[in-house]
Amino acid sequence: MPIRDDVLVVGGGLAATTAALAAAESGKKVRLVAHKKSTLRQASGLIDVLGYADGDGPHADPYAAMADLSEDHPYRILGEEAVREGLRIFDEAVGEMYAGGHTDTNALVPTYGGTVKPTARYPASVAPGLASIDEDTLFVGFEGTTDFAANVVAEHVANAGVPFETRGVTLPFPKRFRADARLTRFAKALDEDERVDRGVGVRRALADTVREHTSGEDRVGFPAMLGDVHGDEVREDLESRLGMSVFEVPTGPPSLLGLKLEDRLFDALDDAGVRIATGNPAVGYEADGDRIEAVYVDQKGSRVPYHAEQFVLATGGLVGKGIDSDREGVTEPLFDCHVPHAEDRYDWSEEAAFGDHAFARFGVVPDEEMRPTTASGEPQFENLRAAGGVVGGADVAREKSASGVSLATAAVAGGRAGEEA
Amino acid sequence: MSDAQTPPSDFGVDEQNDFEPVQVFDDETNMDLRPGADNCYKCTACDTSCPVAEVDDDFPGPKFQGPEQWRLKRKGDEDIDDSIMSCSNCMRCDGACPSSVPLSQMHNTARGEYVDEQMDKLSREYVRNRILSNYRLLAELGSKVPRLTNFVMGNSLVQQVNEKLLGITAEREFPEFAEQTFREWWAERGGAKVSSEEKKIAYFHGCYSNYNTPEVAKALVRVYEEFGYEIAVPRQRCSGTPMFANGMLDDAERAAAVNVSEFDDLIDEGYDVVASCTSCSMSLKQEYPELFSFSGTERVSAHTFEAMEYLRVHEDLEAAIEDASVEEQSFAYHAPCHARNQGLDRQAVELFRELDGVVIEDVGDSCSGISGTYGWKEEKYDTSMKIGEEMFDHMHHAEGNVGMTECPTCSMQMEHGTGYDIKHPLQLLEEALV
Repeated sequence: MPIRDDVLVVGGGLAATTAALAAAESGKKVRLVAHKKSTLRQASGLIDVLGYADGDGPHADPYAAMADLSEDHPYRILGEEAVREGLRIFDEAVGEMYAGGHTDTNALVPTYGGTVKPTARYPASVAPGLASIDEDTLFVGFEGTTDFAANVVAEHVANAGVPFETRGVTLPFPKRFRADARLTRFAKALDEDERVDRGVGVRRALADTVREHTSGEDRVGFPAMLGDVHGDEVREDLESRLGMSVFEVPTGPPSLLGLKLEDRLFDALDDAGVRIATGNPAVGYEADGDRIEAVYVDQKGSRVPYHAEQFVLATGGLVGKGIDSDREGVTEPLFDCHVPHAEDRYDWSEEAAFGDHAFARFGVVPDEEMRPTTASGEPQFENLRAAGGVVGGADVAREKSASGVSLATAAVAGGRAGEEA
Repeated sequence: MSDAQTPPSDFGVDEQNDFEPVQVFDDETNMDLRPGADNCYKCTACDTSCPVAEVDDDFPGPKFQGPEQWRLKRKGDEDIDDSIMSCSNCMRCDGACPSSVPLSQMHNTARGEYVDEQMDKLSREYVRNRILSNYRLLAELGSKVPRLTNFVMGNSLVQQVNEKLLGITAEREFPEFAEQTFREWWAERGGAKVSSEEKKIAYFHGCYSNYNTPEVAKALVRVYEEFGYEIAVPRQRCSGTPMFANGMLDDAERAAAVNVSEFDDLIDEGYDVVASCTSCSMSLKQEYPELFSFSGTERVSAHTFEAMEYLRVHEDLEAAIEDASVEEQSFAYHAPCHARNQGLDRQAVELFRELDGVVIEDVGDSCSGISGTYGWKEEKYDTSMKIGEEMFDHMHHAEGNVGMTECPTCSMQMEHGTGYDIKHPLQLLEEALV
């Protein structure tokens, strides 16, 4: 007797976890198989839905902007309700950890590059830093953390036209680490309030260092490194010592905000009774006609079948390796789903680096219940659905829609899979 | 406009179709890890998952040990950095890398080179590491007179001498040798009690369940016979795990040659290979094909399974467990790193949750810190205990006061840090099903 579940979700990122949560709401037995540690740890932790459409934006109302998207965009195929359903599942999983659910309007979040990103949900620790809050802002970076240059961030944010003053300062962190120490090391020191010279805790020492630079400021922003497990405590501690609000700016990898979101979503999967097997890639499948019977996982050389009634493909896009390409063409490597693309590979991209590239929209073509379709428009398998980056039609990087597309497609794909299993 | 425009038209399509890949490395027998190094885009996922880097600020982390060190080496006569010996070979970096860089393979190769070419063969460190990684030879001697060995090794004076002379920490209690090894028991009972044409497994028991915890090996035999399997227990050496971790690749290769040949022969006769130790199964499945190329290496890898995994795939273990019950007991379960890397970190909890009478709790995803021989080294003992702190803490907070894990050295660490008795999942399976 093989390993058998009602619903099998293949993937480990935001779409896969959300699809598994959606499927579990039906009460069915759900399993998630993922190759590596979740890609959420590479992500900013921001949940964007739609900031730009057809090159225009930033839009304040993502739902209104959906009308400007092309007809093959997942939002147009699934409708606004799917986005709202995806956000509901997300909001229930993360609870108080995130803000933004009180409104349909996009928030503008300063990022570590100094850009201001339109986003629908953001960690509570990011909330006091929103660009819509008219408060003069000091950005603090640290010597040795090369990917957060506070003065550059401050200048860029000012250039974005915010209605307040910004300033950046780079300070020595009160505790010395090796020259190439990662943000996670700083976070750990704050989390555990490690001692620095003369037995003073690092939180107090940090507040003392920063205080000398806060005159005339209303709030202070740090790269997202203010603790891990005890993040709320660290931020409250700093706020009370500095007498002003303190916020985090989302960073690139290693992204503490992404790591925390990963932990929270995997806890939510545990609470929902979802079974999880990570560490090995899905490499093949077995089908009876147009019904998939099992997905094969390569357990370090041996092929182990995972049986289920319904399957969700959430393996990511070109970057996540859910979509593959070479000089000959573009493929979906697991089920060999149809991925439309121009025959001549010079038509896959534009000259301008940030142009309207065709490759950015590569992916499977879903029907209205997220089943990947063949070239002739029929569902390729009756019990396979797709979610997240593997789905084509959206240029998520230009639109600032990656998380929203993941949530919406996962809500429908996972939800239907659960109902039908 | 950038320089990266459309290629000039004289670089025509026809010429591109003529493109033929060229073999640029003349010697294909040497291990070349270049493609792996180039796959690294420095996202640091490996570094943030490294248990040693988390507690040791001086350890540069897996990204340095792997792709960066590899690139440095290409530049000429660079030595391997001695920090490679602080890598515990937990292999968590492999599971973290989104780009499938073969990190642990790079670490094993670098460590082998370091020990071969840079370590003084008369040094205390080399002698100590050689002894630790060849535990099986000691165990074979010691277990001939188990009571005497247990008495001597338990003597605190002997432990002090071990520490001063060899650098083996005096903080740890040596594991006791069983009075009868598993193989002696197996011979005494006359080998397999069940014969079958279709269901046949070749058991890789490893050293620890042979010399120290034969009850685990016996549990495997009884559970598999209950399901109707014919069991073979072929001649075998150490899986090589402690040798890889100490850079003793020649020792590992000799042991692997015996294991691959013995088990490959049985695969010919329709057997699959089953191991009860997750580091042993890891070694046969991943490290052998990465490091060696005996005939049959790939086939042994493809036919090797962890004991519970094999039953989950081939039997209706879930139904059997749902119908069974045991006396009430609670466990604090720890998933070994090497189980994690095989995707097996959740199977015990998933399964035993459904067993009547059992409460089982996962004590979190931290490493136990001992990593085989690592925590036995006097200079690594503190690091090892610091890594283990989180697990000890979670074990104390768990409802159960019996630990559970698949890995023999994790179980030493769990016992050392909490004083709990530690069981192997196979022992609970035996209690439930036999």
